[in-house]
Amino acid sequence: MPERTPSQTIGPYLHIVLTPADYKFREVFSAAVADPGIPGTHIRIEGRILDGEGNIAPDAMVEIWQADHQGRYAHPADGRPLASNSFRGFGRCATGKDGGFAFATIKPGAVPGPDGTTQAPHINVGIFSRGLLKRLFTRIYFAGEAANASDPILALVPPDRRETLIAKPDPAKPGLYRFDIRLQGAGETVFFDA
Amino acid sequence: MQDTYSRAGDAADPPYLAPDYLSTRTRAPKQPLIAIPQTLSEITGPVYGQSDVKPEEADLTTQHAGEPQGERIIVTGRVLDERGRPVPDTLVEIWQCNAAGRYIHEVDQHPAPLDPNFTGAGRTVTDEAGTYRFTTVKPGAYPWRNHANAWRPAHIHFSLFGPSFVTRLVTQMYFPGDPLFSQDPIFNAVTDARARERMVCRFDLAATKPEWALGYVWDIVLRGGNATPGDVDHA
Repeated sequence: MPERTPSQTIGPYLHIVLTPADYKFREVFSAAVADPGIPGTHIRIEGRILDGEGNIAPDAMVEIWQADHQGRYAHPADGRPLASNSFRGFGRCATGKDGGFAFATIKPGAVPGPDGTTQAPHINVGIFSRGLLKRLFTRIYFAGEAANASDPILALVPPDRRETLIAKPDPAKPGLYRFDIRLQGAGETVFFDA
Repeated sequence: MQDTYSRAGDAADPPYLAPDYLSTRTRAPKQPLIAIPQTLSEITGPVYGQSDVKPEEADLTTQHAGEPQGERIIVTGRVLDERGRPVPDTLVEIWQCNAAGRYIHEVDQHPAPLDPNFTGAGRTVTDEAGTYRFTTVKPGAYPWRNHANAWRPAHIHFSLFGPSFVTRLVTQMYFPGDPLFSQDPIFNAVTDARARERMVCRFDLAATKPEWALGYVWDIVLRGGNATPGDVDHA
């Protein structure tokens, strides 16, 4: 049987093809996961990526993968019909010079979990950057969601670290959630192995 | 709950912290990863296929008015899973510096010439047999400031999706016999010598196009499905 090809860092020059607007190459992906016509509660998620010294990471890339407002994935392993065929559930955003990223999307619904459980609404997140030799994987959950208390994945996280996975609504801006990612050190975001 | 995707091959990957690669020191997490089951969220993933790419995007030598400088090459191979099955209809994105070792990227200020006929970006989707194929020029080596007299071996960056969120892979393809391997902390962050060899393509005369371009072959192996009833077919 063939053996796995190892991961290598994405490096600092990922924008040439992965987010190529500045390089006159056609874009396939964007940070707009849900166009205005997609059913569901439309939200924005904004955050920054910080390293172990508290410095922002202006050369990283964030990818998100999520279910629609009914908790269904646009993928054959799910197979349940989606309310909109134009919803693909995937977004990509390079961090800016301020280390920030932003996605326009919809709040996902609850998703089936292992052994008959239900997972609270969440968004799957991949983080790539110079200095990361392989992807980091985390999840965004939503503050104030009652289902968080019974989520089977959050239950695996030590209680004092769960807050790092919870996006907080911005009281001044309806529909905006904030989710910072700390790669290392105080308040380090929980990263998963699946 | 049984895994849909094997975790055994994870050992091939480099650690997050590889101190000789200086940037890892402040970006590698210090807390251990938390292992979670592979739920519907992990065994699904973005679906992009033939309709998302244009055939000409697989040729990096024809994107401008003239031809880029350098040694024209063909890079081809198959995307497979760990059970040896082809991974069809999966997106492959590549980026690289030009033949002089300079990226078009604004951050790259290495004093080597830019090539007005070379962007260094390509994408394609694998066919039913998992095969991909790019035409490009051989990238140059270039200096970086990781350590004294540090040079990256020639490489092409590859980004692949595979059939699920957990099969996502970003890696680099290297060229055989590069004398810069021994001093490169990124290449050597993969601690197993056999695993490092799996990042190196091979010259192939059969893939070489007479009077036109040298051919290099590189197969890419993604996480494979376990043989369970819940296995995801690469539909």
